[in-house]
Amino acid sequence: MGMTIIITGAMVAIACGFLGCFLILRRLAMVGDAISHAVLPGIVVAYLISGTKDSVWMLLGAAAFGLLCTFLIQILSQQGVQHDAAISVTFTFLFAVGVILVSLYTRQVHLDLDHVLYGEIAYVPFNTWTLFGWEAGPRAMWIVGAALFLSLVVVGLLYKEFKVVAFDPQMAAALGIPVLLIHYLLMGLVSVTTVASFESVGAILVVAMLIVPGATAYLLTDKLEWMLAISALVGILSSIFGYWISLWLDASIAGSMTVAAGLLFVCAFLFSPLHGVVTRWIVRRSMRLAAIKGGEG
Amino acid sequence: MPSIETILRFLSDPNTLWVLSGTMLLGLSSGVIGAFAFLRKRSLMGDVLAHAALPGICIAFMLTGAKSPIFFLIGAILSGVLASIAINVITRFSRIKEDTALGLILSVFFGFGIVLLTQIQHQGSGNQSGLDKFLFGQSASLVGEDVWVMGSVAVLLLVVTFLFFKEFKLLCFDAGFGRSLGFPMTALDLFLMLLLVVAVVIGLQAAGVVLVVALIVTPAAAARYWTERLDIMLILSAILGGLSGALGTGLSTMGYNLPTGPLIVVAASFIFFISMVFAPQRGLLAKALRLARVRRETAQESILHMLYEARERGAGPVTVRDVATRFTLSSWRLQQAVRNLVKKGWIRIESRGEDRVLTATENGWQAAYNSVLHARLTEVWMMHENEVGGAIRDPDSGALREEIPEDILPTLWKLLILHGREPQWKPSLVQKPEQGGVEG
Repeated sequence: MGMTIIITGAMVAIACGFLGCFLILRRLAMVGDAISHAVLPGIVVAYLISGTKDSVWMLLGAAAFGLLCTFLIQILSQQGVQHDAAISVTFTFLFAVGVILVSLYTRQVHLDLDHVLYGEIAYVPFNTWTLFGWEAGPRAMWIVGAALFLSLVVVGLLYKEFKVVAFDPQMAAALGIPVLLIHYLLMGLVSVTTVASFESVGAILVVAMLIVPGATAYLLTDKLEWMLAISALVGILSSIFGYWISLWLDASIAGSMTVAAGLLFVCAFLFSPLHGVVTRWIVRRSMRLAAIKGGEG
Repeated sequence: MPSIETILRFLSDPNTLWVLSGTMLLGLSSGVIGAFAFLRKRSLMGDVLAHAALPGICIAFMLTGAKSPIFFLIGAILSGVLASIAINVITRFSRIKEDTALGLILSVFFGFGIVLLTQIQHQGSGNQSGLDKFLFGQSASLVGEDVWVMGSVAVLLLVVTFLFFKEFKLLCFDAGFGRSLGFPMTALDLFLMLLLVVAVVIGLQAAGVVLVVALIVTPAAAARYWTERLDIMLILSAILGGLSGALGTGLSTMGYNLPTGPLIVVAASFIFFISMVFAPQRGLLAKALRLARVRRETAQESILHMLYEARERGAGPVTVRDVATRFTLSSWRLQQAVRNLVKKGWIRIESRGEDRVLTATENGWQAAYNSVLHARLTEVWMMHENEVGGAIRDPDSGALREEIPEDILPTLWKLLILHGREPQWKPSLVQKPEQGGVEG
């Protein structure tokens, strides 16, 4: 049972961290945060239209509202609203609409706000899928796995384009790469992954998994391929350590995983061989000592 | 529409009155502090502080075992200050950019808060219902005591803003200049951050962690559309914030059992939308109208210039088709421009075959002459901007002024002749020689 939780947590962290690397490079981390809130009305609307908790509809609704959020932020920025204010105005509005919808239809819908927003990874092992009599394992794992697979396929097919856009959008535009399309593609993937992860870690902790593993990897390497790989590794480690912390403290598993990810970031921040604060201090100190010795000799 | 009776009944309910005054006070104080945060480009900081307050509040609860707003405030302020220090440290000592640092601190602090929250729940202190409210807020449960706290904090924030108005203004618009004057800008920035934390924390109870961000940013962003002055913007932002609070509370009492916090946010967003479209100077509508006017005038000017230049060269008559081939004007705009010029009595239209010939009237020639002269003077001025000087350009916007100052006219005329751009033909009706007799 613990294994299922750890694997699900790791899959969420890998799926989010993978896209998070691109968000961090494009300085869109807070847009990721905004999207993870703004998809709420999408979930409710999809639920109301389809009448089921069928995840495909939810993913579609979420993707639509995630893109709407990105689009609105873009429009407001173009109209001269500061970028940070444009983000805040847009996502708080969409989130408010979502909360209102939930409370309007709460009797018909049985959508639990706490559940959507804060998730409960501890229930993952009990919520299994049975396909034609075959025990397929936890539902959440399949959904997150599908989202991860989708991201891997899309980014894998357009890897060069994603890479150039992440590092140098102007050059990408000069090369004839459809920058805007790639941008919306990335945001669509972020929306889908966010919703897929909701059930296990909840909306707000998805943000942690979007940003923290990528940021940790960013401190450890200069190459995008390595950054993606390290962010996945950090995600797996956060999941394992997080689960262990939650057992030790008897606390929220998702919250503990976030704290574990945060601790890993602090380690990278201090001791990264390339950019760590302590490492650089030691290097500078030994260089100074060498210089003094050289001066004496 | 609610009848007066409903409104009266609504206002006579003491409970509703408490909620109403609470949300209005909240909108008011967040609006004022939010305006500064907005101008400092710190809108997202409100989001971070709102999330980062959770662990502080949990620790305050664990230490005191009591649900006291004062201790919550202290805990939230401490963790808010810690969060902003952490963001500063991360951006300063590593290559992590600001937005990543914001998201990182926000989520890790919040995750830690969730851990503490579940700890409290599992310890079975039972009395954690007040902490749950933190997540979504519950304005409907505001009672007299809460409103008194909100009210005193709002008054405090307003007084502090009033006292430090000049310093904050300096901080928002030119921090470097302020530092050179000897103001402690870093301390002021921290102080402003502290006020922001206070505004966020008192909002949490009523609006919840996400929606309090809207109360900080949205009224300020709306107010920015209506004015260019800081003092007016602050007042407007406070009024719009208070109005959002009142509107949201009013809507929630209409029935349907809708939560107040989100309704306040939707009301604020609606006010923002109205401001964005209808504000007199910066609004979308005003901008569109201005653009349409400029296009209209440019089209008319283009026709007049073409007529004048044909006459100057001694070329033949100008037809509508000539104008259409020379300028990229939509045929609708061209027809409109011709119609307007005819209405002004500046041109006449004569049909010749299937085309129409345009000729200027006496007044039209004069207008054309003045307009061409102005355009050419501006043109040589731009070529020799550095030598001639003179403030044709507006120092703020960089746009060209309508009037060319008298004192540089003689120099400009000499330059016109030097470039061979002086108007070769002068309509007889020109009475006031603008060039002041320098010509020749």
